[in-house]
Amino acid sequence: MNVLGVETSCDETSVSVVRDGNVVLANEVLSQIDIHKAYGGVVPEIASREHIKGITYVFDQAIKNANLNYEDIDLIAVTKGPGLIGSLLIGINAAKVISLNYNIPIIGVHHISGHIYANYIEQGMEFPLLALVVSGGHTELILMKEHFSFIKLGETQDDAVGEAYDKIARVLGLGYPGGPVVDRLAGSGVDNLNFPRPMIQSGDFNFSFSGLKSHVINTHHNMKQRNIAINIDDFCASFQEAVTDVLVEKTIQAKNKFKVKQVIVAGGVAANSGLRKKMKEKITDIPVFFPKMKFCTDNAAMIGAAGYFQYKKYGKADDLYINGYSRLDLE
Amino acid sequence: MDIRIRLNSQEDTYKLAKILSEYVFPGMIIGLSGDLGSGKTTFTKYLAKEIGVIDVLNSPTFTILKTYKGNFDLYHMDVYRLEGIGYDYELDDFIYGKGIAVIEWCEYIEVMLPEDIIKLSFKFVDEQIRDVLIKGSGKYEKIVEKISDRYSN
Repeated sequence: MNVLGVETSCDETSVSVVRDGNVVLANEVLSQIDIHKAYGGVVPEIASREHIKGITYVFDQAIKNANLNYEDIDLIAVTKGPGLIGSLLIGINAAKVISLNYNIPIIGVHHISGHIYANYIEQGMEFPLLALVVSGGHTELILMKEHFSFIKLGETQDDAVGEAYDKIARVLGLGYPGGPVVDRLAGSGVDNLNFPRPMIQSGDFNFSFSGLKSHVINTHHNMKQRNIAINIDDFCASFQEAVTDVLVEKTIQAKNKFKVKQVIVAGGVAANSGLRKKMKEKITDIPVFFPKMKFCTDNAAMIGAAGYFQYKKYGKADDLYINGYSRLDLE
Repeated sequence: MDIRIRLNSQEDTYKLAKILSEYVFPGMIIGLSGDLGSGKTTFTKYLAKEIGVIDVLNSPTFTILKTYKGNFDLYHMDVYRLEGIGYDYELDDFIYGKGIAVIEWCEYIEVMLPEDIIKLSFKFVDEQIRDVLIKGSGKYEKIVEKISDRYSN
């Protein structure tokens, strides 16, 4: 089955063709990151305008690079949320046009199911599995007992982990996006600032990063006021160690409780080298999978993969009234 | 009309949210300001709880907007990233919608806001303590008066 995937929930305009959920025939990604850099983050209205500029081109390129015609597409899978509402609607409406024009069934896909299924591409899945979803907008632990069944075990009560990275980077003057640069500097720093590990022994699978963020900002502020020399690398290392300690420890607790056969990490923060290293060091009894780097950030291949399994599970498509949602439950 | 209240703990923040929740109405616009970590999202969390929102309310920074259903619709916005841009037409429908709009970092989109608004500015005093300045203009003056009465009794 050839699935045309469409993803425009944030600042990447992406269209893919994926066969049977794991063979990527094309995955075109037009990133807007350089445009948004100047503003310290994604600006919704600018994102929408850029999606409009690029979307037709990206559709054409995906079909061309897959060496197919629209007549060869069996299903269109489009991200319906969560994300920036204006951006989502551009992908959704473009997908509807193709669906109507070529009479191809269409389904709306949850963005996070896409991030999870990024791990299926070229790797496969074994159930039950535990997914740690970490990105700019999400921090969740999800249990999957079978394909396309998601049980949310816990989630952040305030800031998402990627958001905390961005805000810390802003305070430290490291620019946007914050994740990659903090990760890089952490590599040459020392964890010597004793930052807290919030909720690490809370007994549930929820997270909280807002308090840690405030603590880091206050520490920075106090050191500056007292004219204490600030070592940015140590700040990054101390913050990253605190964050990854919590993420890995909670993952281990959930892994043990639900006796899963594999752990997968999904979302943009899955690209974080500190998290990858610690996860693989601390979990040795079962496999830990990370998506290939190119499938960590937003892309339509993962939507094509997720869409395939969603369609297989429910056996039916959506109608043309699919809408976009800024916030959407996965379960 | 404006009043200043000292919040000595998260319980005090909860109490303030609870009092404000008694005066909410469809179409209400609440602006929040204050530094990172000063308690804007915490306040919104408590307010959401008091108006019957069951889902976990967490930070909307990434998508700028998250919508919730309770006894009222709640539109929770964080326009932190619109600093220096000042406007986003996509938010219009929610600022002026049927539900309650709570806008964190509201000073960054001043031109989008109406004359009539209630604004809460949180100020960091120490790890625990915050001062909040509540200002109401137009039809919100009465609400601030009522809140003021609750604190003076």
